[in-house]
Amino acid sequence: MANMASKQASGGYDQPYYVPEHSPFPIAASVGLALFVFSLGHLLNDIKAGEGTGLASVMTFAGFAVIATTLFFWFSTQIRENHQGLPGAQLKRSYVLGMYWFIFSEVMFFAAFFGALFYVRMWVVGWLGGEGDKGITGQMLYPEFQATWPVVDNPNPALFPDPEESMAWPGFSGMLSYLPLWNTILLISSSFTVHIAHTALKNGNRQKLITWLGLTVLLGIVFLFLQIEEYSHAYSELGLTLNSGIYGSTFFLLTGFHGFHVTLGAFMLSVMFFRALKGHFKPEDHFGFEAASWYWHFVDVVWVCLFIFVYIL
Amino acid sequence: MASGHDDHHHGPAKGIKRWLFATNHKDIGTMYLVFSLAMFLLGGTFALVIRAELFQPGLQFVQPDFFNQMTTMHGLVMVFGAVMPAFVGLANWMVPLMIGAPDMALPRMNNWSFWILPFAFTMLASTLLTDAGAPNFGWTFYAPLSTTYATSSVTFFIFAVHMMGISSIMGAINIIATIQNLRAPGMTYMKMPLFVWTWLITAYLLLLVMPVLAGVVTMMLFDVHFGTSFFSAAGGGDPVLFQHVFWFFGHPEVYIMILPAFGVVSEIIATFSRKKLFGYDSMVYATSSIAFLSLIVWVHHMFVTGMPLAGELFFMYATMLIAVPTGVKVFNWVTTMFKGSISFETPMLFAIAFVVLFTCGGFTGLMLAIAPADFQYHDTYFVVAHFHYVLVPGAVFSLMAAAYYWLPKWTGNMYDENLGRVHFWLSFIGINILFFPQHFLGLAGMPRRIPDYALQFTDFNMMSTVGAFLFGFSQLIFVWVVIKCVKGGKKATAEVWDGSHGLEWTLPSPPPYHSFTTPPAIK
Ligand code: HEM
Ligand SMILES: [Cu+2]
Repeated sequence: MANMASKQASGGYDQPYYVPEHSPFPIAASVGLALFVFSLGHLLNDIKAGEGTGLASVMTFAGFAVIATTLFFWFSTQIRENHQGLPGAQLKRSYVLGMYWFIFSEVMFFAAFFGALFYVRMWVVGWLGGEGDKGITGQMLYPEFQATWPVVDNPNPALFPDPEESMAWPGFSGMLSYLPLWNTILLISSSFTVHIAHTALKNGNRQKLITWLGLTVLLGIVFLFLQIEEYSHAYSELGLTLNSGIYGSTFFLLTGFHGFHVTLGAFMLSVMFFRALKGHFKPEDHFGFEAASWYWHFVDVVWVCLFIFVYIL
Repeated sequence: MASGHDDHHHGPAKGIKRWLFATNHKDIGTMYLVFSLAMFLLGGTFALVIRAELFQPGLQFVQPDFFNQMTTMHGLVMVFGAVMPAFVGLANWMVPLMIGAPDMALPRMNNWSFWILPFAFTMLASTLLTDAGAPNFGWTFYAPLSTTYATSSVTFFIFAVHMMGISSIMGAINIIATIQNLRAPGMTYMKMPLFVWTWLITAYLLLLVMPVLAGVVTMMLFDVHFGTSFFSAAGGGDPVLFQHVFWFFGHPEVYIMILPAFGVVSEIIATFSRKKLFGYDSMVYATSSIAFLSLIVWVHHMFVTGMPLAGELFFMYATMLIAVPTGVKVFNWVTTMFKGSISFETPMLFAIAFVVLFTCGGFTGLMLAIAPADFQYHDTYFVVAHFHYVLVPGAVFSLMAAAYYWLPKWTGNMYDENLGRVHFWLSFIGINILFFPQHFLGLAGMPRRIPDYALQFTDFNMMSTVGAFLFGFSQLIFVWVVIKCVKGGKKATAEVWDGSHGLEWTLPSPPPYHSFTTPPAIK
């Protein structure tokens, strides 16, 4: 890559704004993304039609690999550029803004699912149970259905088999064996540990940074293990699946997307961990670390909302 | 388009690499604009298939299922392929020039947001060639039509929408970062050109609602493939939930398509009236209030689904409230023209037509906002007439105006003014023959989204089809004007227009490959 900054002196900043001359990454990432979703589409349709999935799964994986490889080189290039001192203070500010607004868009993504959950709990279940404004629907279609939350007896159990049990709060007596509680404790502590790591970084204490960052990643991984444990318990013992009606739908989609974001966040933090080992960060220059830690705090806040609205209430 | 001549020795890369590996805001802007023009012609072709079928009652050319595929693809291609990318293309070209920035804030991500789009639309359009056919559930893709009863193409539809969402979100982030961070020193927010302002607000709207669109198609994906029951009452879900989530995105979406148009028109009317824009501050506040209100009115699309009376009333009044800031804008445009020394070059013709015809669309919107009246109008051709008046002589005319206004700046050549005016008048006449009769069809009860209709609707449908072909083929003149202008023509000065004002006119036409090598001083 020609690392030629366009030569403008940016007002108020002492360095020209760095604009890379050209870059192969965006088009490569687009090709990867297209390959990935196109093949994944075929894969899902083949599964639904009960057909063989060999080629489609290979291509899906290939698409994923192209995206991952591209992003790897893309980020490596940015890190190298940073070591060469190409991005000035103003460009770094752009990175910060970019990350803020990216997290904001993620908030709105979760808002859609939370919105669905609230709508169902506030109105739909009542209507199906024959109460309220559209109660007539329930009375006509599903006279048997009782409005309760969590919904463990579905309006039509032939289509959507009832779960035996929900994930609801077991009361204070069963508290200690309630995995979500432990997960809450884990994630909240990890927000503190990553903060300690950040402070250490700002004070130039690399050893402390590595220790606390490593601990954060570890907490994230334990969280994920507990979630897998929780899911397999739900599937194998409670009969609670994606197919068990609106409770299972909202439960798995919300916690599942959150788990996916934890995976992403833990991955980002572990990249930062290895970068810290290599001595990449400076007390006044560590945007990569900050971005990952903001993301982590965001994931944590989402979990707190989940814990309250999906599990407890 | 940018014949990137350059002050430094590093100009654009040669050949295809220049476009595939682009990081330059002008090159990327050009790609967006060319892509959206291609999509406009594709979507237009689908529309002509629809209008040809509707010329007479009975089935002439296509089967009902294919007809539905055409309406769906027409809507999707126009909204997500033509109008939205065109505005992002304008933002790419003009925002850095208008705020005195060297480029967009995040140049590589900029190219990523663009290149996702051709792939997304190729994937979506390719479903037309499969046995199952393209999506046929309308651009609003209501469940359960799009879940329980969908063909296998819905999977590709969902992923295409995801890709468009990713593209729009990255585009919006880039625009916000550029405007927040790259303004020339001294350019305070209240000194920004209105086009920049309207785009800033639009970008916030995009960030607020595109993720929600991604959310709703994700729920669809799970309903279709993983057995969830978000939109199925049998499992405790609700098809109406789909409509809420969709329209939470959908109504702000219509403002995403019109706010930048407001910005364009504000620039142009001031220039050709040779006056300062009347009421700059109130324009900014009006745009912000429209954006805010647009987030709390979505249920006006769902009046007939049934809801508590308080709900009907709230959404009815909130919707009507939007007419107030919109009225402020129309008032300001008219007042800007008042006692100006106006000249009627093509951009101004399109801008004036915008003001008049968009206002008509706004008025029919007000009629639709009256809940009891909407019980009658809903799902009729009246709605089709309404949203086409705001979208075609609204958003699309503003895009045409913008293209004529800035083509000399982009290419360094003046376009052919005579051809431009011919294009305008044919479009203006065509569009009114096309859509005006649809109001009457709707009021008389003709439902939308049908391939066949009762005999008494024939006359107006014939008129409408004639107008459609007139309008459609007139757009080829535009293509011709653009090609001619890129190839050559009278050289344009830096100012291009008599009354032009703003930083973009201080740079030569075409501007140097890297826009502002030193940030300009703002008085
Ligand atoms: C004063 C401003 C406006 C008001 C009061 C208004 C009101 C409405 C209402 C009440 C409907 C629902 C009609 C029905 O389905 O029964 C509607 C539909 C629609 N409007 Fe508007 N509108 C306004 C401006 C706009 C603008 C600026 C655009 C786009 C640029 C737009 C695009 C649409 C579209 C696309 C639909 C149809 C959606 C569909 O069902 O496919 N509107 N409008
Ligand atoms: Cu609306």
